[in-house]
Amino acid sequence: MAELPEIFRVMAYVGGIMAFVGLNAAFLVWMERKVAGHIQRRIGPKEVGPFGILQSLADGIKLMSKQLVVPAKADPILYRVAPALTMITAVMVFVVIPFGPALVARDINIGLLLIFAIASVNVLALLIGGWGSNNKYSVISATRAVSQNVAYEVPMLITVVTMVMIVGSMNLNEIVGQQGNLLQWYIFPWNGSILLPVAFVIFFICSLAETNRAPFDLGEAESELVAGFHTEYGGMGFGLFFLGEYGHVFVGCALASILFLGGWQCPFGWMPGVHWMMIKTYLLIFVVMWIRWTYPRTTLYGLLNLSWKVMVPFSLAVLLVTAAMLKVF
Amino acid sequence: MSGYFKEIFDGGKSLLVGLGITFKQMIQPVVTERYPRTAPKMPPRYRGHIDLVRDEEGNNKCIACGMCQRNCPTGCITIKGEKPEGAKKKVLTFYRLDFTTCSLCGICVESCPTDALEFSKEYNLAGYSAGDFVFDLLKRCEERRR
Repeated sequence: MAELPEIFRVMAYVGGIMAFVGLNAAFLVWMERKVAGHIQRRIGPKEVGPFGILQSLADGIKLMSKQLVVPAKADPILYRVAPALTMITAVMVFVVIPFGPALVARDINIGLLLIFAIASVNVLALLIGGWGSNNKYSVISATRAVSQNVAYEVPMLITVVTMVMIVGSMNLNEIVGQQGNLLQWYIFPWNGSILLPVAFVIFFICSLAETNRAPFDLGEAESELVAGFHTEYGGMGFGLFFLGEYGHVFVGCALASILFLGGWQCPFGWMPGVHWMMIKTYLLIFVVMWIRWTYPRTTLYGLLNLSWKVMVPFSLAVLLVTAAMLKVF
Repeated sequence: MSGYFKEIFDGGKSLLVGLGITFKQMIQPVVTERYPRTAPKMPPRYRGHIDLVRDEEGNNKCIACGMCQRNCPTGCITIKGEKPEGAKKKVLTFYRLDFTTCSLCGICVESCPTDALEFSKEYNLAGYSAGDFVFDLLKRCEERRR
């Protein structure tokens, strides 16, 4: 693609990623309902298309055909900006995600930093969506989402700093490149620090909390807050929040597989490529869904205690042990 | 301090046990039925409206004694029988069940001297008027014979 003008690369990226985020969300909704169904010994969606796979497309068409209603006392600008903002952040972080050795929109050397810089804007979208709706449930939910995101950003970034210390680079393709086979994956304790498995667990739990997934979905606790920050949204406003959430889930799992599980590298050295990245990411997404349908929602205090009393000390311990080991060996 | 680590360890272990349970449930066969596509098989003691029992030849066993009609607390059974020329026993000619007033108490089934009545497995009853729930059991019995 190097000989083509730059604009083609941008267009291919925008078109491809928008399509991917949409289809990925449709697929994940279907997958979520199937996983939920089978965990509860039901079938799940079955009627629309083979195995009900077109169900979420049908739902999407229904959402798109609905009228966008702005509540009378809502802030008209913030109310409309919030869903777009959550979608924009979800699409933008895909810029640096390496799907394959050459399949990355922008192979920049601070990719990891860029992802966290943009993904943390997502919480702002939840905040202004909740605030702009002028609904008490939405405001409570928005404050919860903010406190939760602030709490979990800290241990997550500390583990990421640990990874950057070991790898010596923030370029995601370089991080993947160093994990050529199964034994070189950074989830294993012999690759730099004995606490790497702990780092993986911390990163995974934090990415669950960052994307507001169960059991940390306090932001949309149906039993207390109706639907949280998207209570007042209908039609595609709600649809964009949903697309954004699934986009962020994908990014979180893709990042976990890039940092710890070798990204697009094959564990046995055969044919590295997009398919390995997809297999690893969707396996992690399956684990996310599996967790969602296993555990009840935590309380807000339980959530914050878990972060400040467990996650932060453990991630600091991982950081210190890693620094010591890198210095000594 | 050791309590802190123990709590984390025990908590993590119980979380893993929970994940194991849901995974085991997930790979087991589903227990739901796709109702309009597949009809459920009713349990043996399910009480639908009453029906006439058929013997080996496919005839009803009713002797038109009228016990069910007399014992019915809501009077929802109407039967008629007659003795044909030269026959020894009465033969049932008409059996009407008004299911709108039936309470499925089962006294008719219990009181029948020849066990000619049973509960059907009919669960799919829906209609537009009360007349849809007045059944001619003799006709139903004949229809099942065909």
